[in-house]
Amino acid sequence: MSRPTLLGAQQFLTRKSFVELNARERAQALLDEGSYRELLGPFERLESPWLLMQGVVPQADDGSIVARGKIDGTDSVILAIEGQFQGGSIGEVSGAKIAAALDLALEDAKKGHPVQVVLLLETGGVRLQEANLGLEAIAEINSSLIALRQHLPVVGVIAGMVGCFGGMSISAALCSYLIMTRQARLGLNGPEVIEEQSGIEEFDSKDRQLIWGVTGGEQRHAAGFADYLVEDDVEAIKACIVEAFSRGIPATHRSQQVDHYLKLLAAIDVSHQLESSEVRELWSKGE
Amino acid sequence: METLHFEYQASQPVKQRAHVGVVGSGDLEVLLEPSPDQKTHVTVTTSVDGFGKTWKLVMDRFFSRYQYAASIEIHDFGATPGAVVLRLEQAVERSQS
Repeated sequence: MSRPTLLGAQQFLTRKSFVELNARERAQALLDEGSYRELLGPFERLESPWLLMQGVVPQADDGSIVARGKIDGTDSVILAIEGQFQGGSIGEVSGAKIAAALDLALEDAKKGHPVQVVLLLETGGVRLQEANLGLEAIAEINSSLIALRQHLPVVGVIAGMVGCFGGMSISAALCSYLIMTRQARLGLNGPEVIEEQSGIEEFDSKDRQLIWGVTGGEQRHAAGFADYLVEDDVEAIKACIVEAFSRGIPATHRSQQVDHYLKLLAAIDVSHQLESSEVRELWSKGE
Repeated sequence: METLHFEYQASQPVKQRAHVGVVGSGDLEVLLEPSPDQKTHVTVTTSVDGFGKTWKLVMDRFFSRYQYAASIEIHDFGATPGAVVLRLEQAVERSQS
């Protein structure tokens, strides 16, 4: 939970960037060598039936990857969203793959064969071209997450550069443990949406410092919305996932601490816009 | 969006199927599988209209060098001809490894 120190020049050169990998490569990098097995892979051609009709080129796996294997010797499934395809948006098919995998993990857990679940979240939320179907898929993912996390912890990773927004930011918040890098952002609405809805006085979507000061990984971690802040390095992220699982199911999940967060919200002085440092101070107050 | 088809005579068998790339900006996805006949079949779905001639030139050149009997499906999201050739080479390399 401590602040990571900045990388030295040598470490910077020898690290293997996680952010630069695509979703499939990320899943491969996290699973133990030789253990990777993809379910409903691209050759199953479970594409979105809706994109072609709207003149949008589909992807053979619809942008979500379900990969079974082992992490540090433990049975795991990685659910990775491809941020480069349609902004990592959740459509009917990509969402159903994730929800179904969570439900299988729940069944396995009930049968006494726990398979630990890692979500690699790189998504703008619902895919607008699939509207209600995408929303429904996200609702399914979230209810499956809540059911599953009572049996074993679920770990979410937001590495960047897309970040995690919209309905899927709720999924991130439902995870037992959340890992972020400095390159990652987490927010319900993206900067442009806030500006459009509430005006530029409320939120200037061109102000990068403001954006990162609100939604950036460092800020989210400092304010207690992410459990770990890690460097963009495959080994560091894998070690962090292993460490998170070793802590077991949290006594209370963050999303269950409703009274605590309502109290914090009630204490905010809304007469001026809070600085990032004020948010950190306010939010780090214990229960 | 446009869909294009190409076909070439082929002589060498493909060892295994291969998948490379992402349907992301300036990139493309290639699905390469063994072909049921002695031909190479290519289907391209591209987000950019009006480049059929360029695609034909790139494919003609590529398959004059590689004569693998493959069924190839390409999902393109605005890749340059250079990127297309690199992804195809990557797919061929993986399918023969």
